[in-house]
Amino acid sequence: MPIHIGGYDLSFTNSALWMLVSVGIIAAFTIFSMRGRAMVPGRWQSSVEIFYEFIANMVRDNTGPDARRFFPLVFTLFMFIFFANMIGLFPYAFTVTSHIIVTFALAGAIFLLVTITGFVLHGPKFLGLFVPQGVPVVLLPLVVGIEVISYISRPISHSVRLFANMLAGHITLKVFAGFIISFITGLGAIGWIAAILPLLMIVAITALEVLVGALQAYVFAILTCMYLRDALHPSH
Amino acid sequence: MADQAAQTTTPDTLADPTVNTVSETQAHGGGHSGGFPPFKSETFPSQILWLVISFGLLYVLLSRIALPRIATVLEDRRDRITDDLDQAALLKRQADEAIAAYELALTQARARAHTIAQETRDQLHAEVEKTRHGLESKLSAKIAEAEAQITATKDKALGNVRLVAIDVAAEVVARLLGEKADASVTEKAVDAELSANPTGGR
Repeated sequence: MPIHIGGYDLSFTNSALWMLVSVGIIAAFTIFSMRGRAMVPGRWQSSVEIFYEFIANMVRDNTGPDARRFFPLVFTLFMFIFFANMIGLFPYAFTVTSHIIVTFALAGAIFLLVTITGFVLHGPKFLGLFVPQGVPVVLLPLVVGIEVISYISRPISHSVRLFANMLAGHITLKVFAGFIISFITGLGAIGWIAAILPLLMIVAITALEVLVGALQAYVFAILTCMYLRDALHPSH
Repeated sequence: MADQAAQTTTPDTLADPTVNTVSETQAHGGGHSGGFPPFKSETFPSQILWLVISFGLLYVLLSRIALPRIATVLEDRRDRITDDLDQAALLKRQADEAIAAYELALTQARARAHTIAQETRDQLHAEVEKTRHGLESKLSAKIAEAEAQITATKDKALGNVRLVAIDVAAEVVARLLGEKADASVTEKAVDAELSANPTGGR
């Protein structure tokens, strides 16, 4: 739950701590699991390889075979968001991705990367992205306007989607957890029994949140892939 | 929501700036969720800084250490699998060839066995035929010999008949005439009778 201590300007905060925890866990997971470099993988190595191939396929299918150089970025993004979401489910842990500034910084960075890559690779031709083919000339200004707006609103939708999902889920958890406490403190013995209901809800919502967390990490990564494809092949 | 925010922020150490933000966001029309942690803008620089630091660190760690490692392992495995598959294909081809050779040998052997059987059968047949022919010719020779013997015996017997006839005729003449008949005359008479009626009057 985003119980957060805002620091003074750049102090080391709860959020920063949990970011570094995610980084540590991911690094440990990906590096130590592969230490054996076994021909026949063990459980840990296998799971790392599943992540790797999953993201590799995603990048290849959605961005194209020439997008190998963006693979580490997408992989890092997916792992970071995935693990941040999962870690956020633990009690007392902090969900980094439930803060709009974090997701917006990520989405904005991707937006800038896509735009810069597009212009570097294709120069002015990158603007052709906003001019769909086969549109009547009369409609062209309108369509181009819509395309530009949708392009610019990408980082907003990209970041708000992840942020809102994580925030909503965790608030729901928090609310139900609050019910348990208020039942117990407010109703005494009956409250202990009544508290079972919100507890069951918490179990169910936690399961749902695991799904949502994974799904949102996936969505974030796949959208990044698609934006990158626009940068690599704007004519499409 | 507001309750919660209050609840959650009070235990935190930084009461003062939080309160400030609350009033600030409310003043901006920040809405019903006043002081809602995700929108507290004074935490933004810190979060962005630490996000950049941690994300950059993670990116470097993954792209420099973890991912190349995984890639080499996967590459090695793919190569190994390809090699193994190639080898398996090679072995399979060899096995197919061996099977073909075996089939060929089997067919040839069967054909040879067939010819040998045929030859043996023909040979035996010829031998049997030869033996049969030999036996038959031998038998027919014996038959011819026996027939010749029979003819000879018959001739001899017929010869004896003449002598007996002469003797009998001489005896008969002697009894009837009381004296001995001339032998040459008797002989002549018998011969005449025999030549006139060679089968003995039958």
